Amino acid sequence: MKIHQITIQAGIDKFGNTERLPDLRINKGEIYGIVGPTGSGKSQLIADIEQLAQGDTASKRKILINGEIPCHELRSDPRKKMVAQLSQNMNFFADMPVADFLKLHAKCRGKKNIDVKHVISIANTLTGEPINASDNLTILSGGQTRALMVADVAIISESPIVLIDEIENAGIKKHEALQLLSGEGKIILVVTHDPVLALSAQKRIIMRNGGMRDIIESTYREKQISLQLNDIDQYILTLREDVRAGKKIEEVNFDALLHESSFLKCL
Amino acid sequence: MKFIIVAGTPGAGKTAVLIHTLKILLQQNVKPSVVKIDCLYSDDPKRFAKLGVHVQLGLSMDMCPDHFSIYNTDAILESAKEQKSEFLIMETAGLCHRCAPYTHNSLGVCVIDATSGPNNPMKVGPFLSCADIVVITKGDMISQAEREIFRECILETNPNCSIIEANGLSGQGASELALQIRSTEKVVSENESLRHNAPFSVCTLCAGEKRVGAEHHRGLLRKMNGMQEYVGE
Repeated sequence: MKIHQITIQAGIDKFGNTERLPDLRINKGEIYGIVGPTGSGKSQLIADIEQLAQGDTASKRKILINGEIPCHELRSDPRKKMVAQLSQNMNFFADMPVADFLKLHAKCRGKKNIDVKHVISIANTLTGEPINASDNLTILSGGQTRALMVADVAIISESPIVLIDEIENAGIKKHEALQLLSGEGKIILVVTHDPVLALSAQKRIIMRNGGMRDIIESTYREKQISLQLNDIDQYILTLREDVRAGKKIEEVNFDALLHESSFLKCL
Repeated sequence: MKFIIVAGTPGAGKTAVLIHTLKILLQQNVKPSVVKIDCLYSDDPKRFAKLGVHVQLGLSMDMCPDHFSIYNTDAILESAKEQKSEFLIMETAGLCHRCAPYTHNSLGVCVIDATSGPNNPMKVGPFLSCADIVVITKGDMISQAEREIFRECILETNPNCSIIEANGLSGQGASELALQIRSTEKVVSENESLRHNAPFSVCTLCAGEKRVGAEHHRGLLRKMNGMQEYVGE
């Protein structure tokens, strides 16, 4: 089954009022940001899409695929699932080695030709401390856990709809992680507090009190600002790596940074 | 009468899921009786009574709570009949992994906590493997991958069950459970029997012996090496 559109049919906010934003259609190839204060319902919106809710969650939203109500199997059977989700969870509960976990998940998703070593090597590009196939899941650090979750979602759960919840809090290389998770022709929703990510999305959904309040389309200007912020972000990342490596930071060259910025190059 | 037996480990969210489900049933003009079985103490009857349903509490005290509920099943059913209830929902204490309180003509509902890890479905035994419906709670606390693996492990233990992913806080999944309770075709009979036998190793501990070690005990005893023997007259 090919997906060309999902529809989020409006439900209710935390006070039981109908959501301000009417039905929302998201097409193949579109990237949406989801923004709002903590507790505003961002994660619930992501959870509704993951479960293909049919008015049976707290928000009463309904999710349609290609304009139709999805069949029960699409909602429950992981082999037929079309949604990959990177949740906010920072821990694994399964008490088993990394390799066994990945094999088991590949089996659940009905993927036969998954190379576990490849998944682990991809995870290791995102985290400073390498993960070994024989490591137990429960002893992984926060960064390792999130890196493994990203690689698992990108490769084993590979799906036409990708949901990402606050990747910036993960303590991993967020740009690389985002690149890994997104792909051509997918529907992508990213919950974020990060201006770089929020402004780089084509549109962003504004959440308040559990409901979808508004939608903002990124302007040309915002996209340029996003590029500039990205350069600053990359620069801060190199400083962070220096601090981590135990180096001393003698000076910070903001002038050079601004001079080299893609933003200025655009002008 | 329709008899719904809800089992599951302590803290899995049986009561929370049931309260959401009862609210939906009441909205649909279905008025069930509820019985709560526990060991020493339970606050749950107060929570159920607030909904306006008839509730009984059974405390097993020195007796195993599952054995207690099995032994009292006819009395519990009788009391629900006096209330003219069409549905009787029994929530068990759910302590050990060896008993399954479901009878053949009841609707067996197992509530299991997704954070208990993917090996848990294999450990919990007959109250999962004999259930008609398995309700998975706390799925929002784990990653999508672990949720999918957990589900698969349940289906390996009980391939014919119907799985409901529920949330005791938000009430998600309760409408599906309410629908399955309402539409069950199972009707309790005069001569109900258990789907799975309770532990049959009746020993001196059941009679109150407190000393530990083999020399103090009689009955059908199983050793660490898996050998079983009868000791006694």
